[in-house]
Amino acid sequence: MAELTYRDAVARGIAQEMTRDPDVVFFGEDVAKAGGVFKSTVGLLEQFGPKRVRDTPISEQAILGAAMGAAMTGLKPIAEIMFSDFLAVCFDYVANEFGKSRYMSNGQLKCPLVVRTGNGAGSRFGAQHSQSVENWCMMIPGLKVVAPSSPRDVIGLLAAAVRDPDPVIFFEHKSLYATKGEVPDGEIVDRLGSAKILRPGKDATIIALALMVPRALEAAERLQAEHGIDCEVVDVRSLVPLDTQTILGSVGRTHRLFTVEENPRLCGWGAEIVSIVADEAFYDLDGPPVRITTPHIPLPAADILEDIALPTVDRIVDRVRRSLAA
Amino acid sequence: MAKIEDRASQSRVAAPGLNDDIGEETRLRMYRMQVEIREAEQRAFDLFLQNLVKGTSHLSLGQEAVATGFAAAMKTGDLSFCTYRGHAHTLARGVPVEKVLGELMQRDNGLMRGKGGSMHLTSADHGVMGSYAIIGAHLPIACGAAWRAQYKGQKDVSVCFFGDGTCNIGAFHEALNFAAVWKLPVIFVCENNLYMEYTPIADVTAVKHPAADRAAAYGLERIVIDGNDADVVYRAARDAYDKARAGEGPSLIECMTYRHSGHSRADPAKYRPEGELEQWKKRDPIAIYRERLLQFGVEEKVIAGIETEVRRVVDEATERCKAAPMPPLDILATDVYADGGFAWRN
Repeated sequence: MAELTYRDAVARGIAQEMTRDPDVVFFGEDVAKAGGVFKSTVGLLEQFGPKRVRDTPISEQAILGAAMGAAMTGLKPIAEIMFSDFLAVCFDYVANEFGKSRYMSNGQLKCPLVVRTGNGAGSRFGAQHSQSVENWCMMIPGLKVVAPSSPRDVIGLLAAAVRDPDPVIFFEHKSLYATKGEVPDGEIVDRLGSAKILRPGKDATIIALALMVPRALEAAERLQAEHGIDCEVVDVRSLVPLDTQTILGSVGRTHRLFTVEENPRLCGWGAEIVSIVADEAFYDLDGPPVRITTPHIPLPAADILEDIALPTVDRIVDRVRRSLAA
Repeated sequence: MAKIEDRASQSRVAAPGLNDDIGEETRLRMYRMQVEIREAEQRAFDLFLQNLVKGTSHLSLGQEAVATGFAAAMKTGDLSFCTYRGHAHTLARGVPVEKVLGELMQRDNGLMRGKGGSMHLTSADHGVMGSYAIIGAHLPIACGAAWRAQYKGQKDVSVCFFGDGTCNIGAFHEALNFAAVWKLPVIFVCENNLYMEYTPIADVTAVKHPAADRAAAYGLERIVIDGNDADVVYRAARDAYDKARAGEGPSLIECMTYRHSGHSRADPAKYRPEGELEQWKKRDPIAIYRERLLQFGVEEKVIAGIETEVRRVVDEATERCKAAPMPPLDILATDVYADGGFAWRN
């Protein structure tokens, strides 16, 4: 067991899979010689050499297209899109190609690849380098969508993504890169489609993802200490496949549902979860489900503005307390 | 008519006659293939008029020599990446006519059992790694397949076919640069049929030759060939494949050709100047090749025999497709994910 940053966990996760399987290759902008703009891939070029760890031009379409062509013919590529906002530049592959080729070809073509990308706010980068766009990918049949919240999950879920036979979009949160966590020694392999109950509780279920997970946990501690409200915190971890059983089970015990989403309001992943709970567990609920999200705005650059845009611990505490008091 | 700069035919004619560097067997195969594409495409059009081909379809009538020459020069294991105008390239790799017409007619005997349709013909067993209906998408994909060959030390080449209109989309330029920098064994084949959909390509392109005039920007040789002469195409293809297999990187080849039909089934092509189609029909690739075979001493009855045989194949395929059942409804949600189903939750 060792303490590791989320950033270093990325490199360790990639290295684990490249060591295991010579067909795993890794490429993207500034990822090799520079070790990544977030320094999350430092050392991989030295360890695995320039044939397996490659720098690319600023050509997001070439990166994702090449990943697809390599994947369909026998490699297991890990491609990096530096900022998840840039998925819009190469969205054809995400929306039209990766998830459709198997279906359109009646199962003849495969697409076992991973796209890693830096997601989320908190770096004061403004509206084009800060978005949480996992819902862009969640809506597309054929894709899998993963967003880890801890160093251990980075390694385990990345391994699961690389070993998965389907295309996986892997959202790393930029504001989590510097965070630390305990990571066991040896190989770590997790499972896609398994949510984790990080804090058991009996009064309300709070579902969170990525950066919102530590905030939900902190809010739960304050709700307990300050208001005597015992919240269960569930880390979704993987939006597709979605572990609805863990979510429905939790709501069945607590009878209240809150989602904490970094994305702007409309069509966030929480809306789908609320819809599933409303469909399948309506009579388990003792009150209306509540979505705590960023407002429907582009993100501002100024720190005092960005800080109040995202769901804060204060906002989560306030929203849960008021709902349960109503 | 565009003047054709016939680089390849000048450079690589080893000896004149039927059994020169191409040879009788390959020539007869190429003639048969061009006739098969012509007959199958014409049949697709006829079946559309009978409402038996649904959706849309983009025919290669008049462009048969490009698909034929490139496919004939390939080796087993080489990979083709096509556009929505991909019937010809699919047939040229040896996919049976019935499988193609069945897919166009959305029957259970189709290549993808009706799940892909005319614009997405795929036959991995024949090296047809998909037909892509988003302009430019498959150029980077072909780069990725070529990267795999380079990485694994395999000797196959990836060949990517596209139209003149594709040369003005970003993915074209990204793929060309990427392939050149990584020295990938990929061949980019532009079929310049003078029109991007309904608009003359010259009206919307900064250079005369939309592909070849951009080659220098990526350190590649400028290559424009007569795309209506299968021998010229075959030689240009062979040169490019040899270069790619030798580890000398990508090629970009612009083939001058002309489509005899509209852009898609809905297009009567009224935008063509008067006489243009007639001029190009004088350079019909099949007529050119038939004449060449005769000049080389192939007997008329051999040529006619090929034509009769191909018509029989297309007729029989048509009847089998008409009699084939529609796909079963239970394939609606199969093969979304690798587990064979579409489950996105537990």
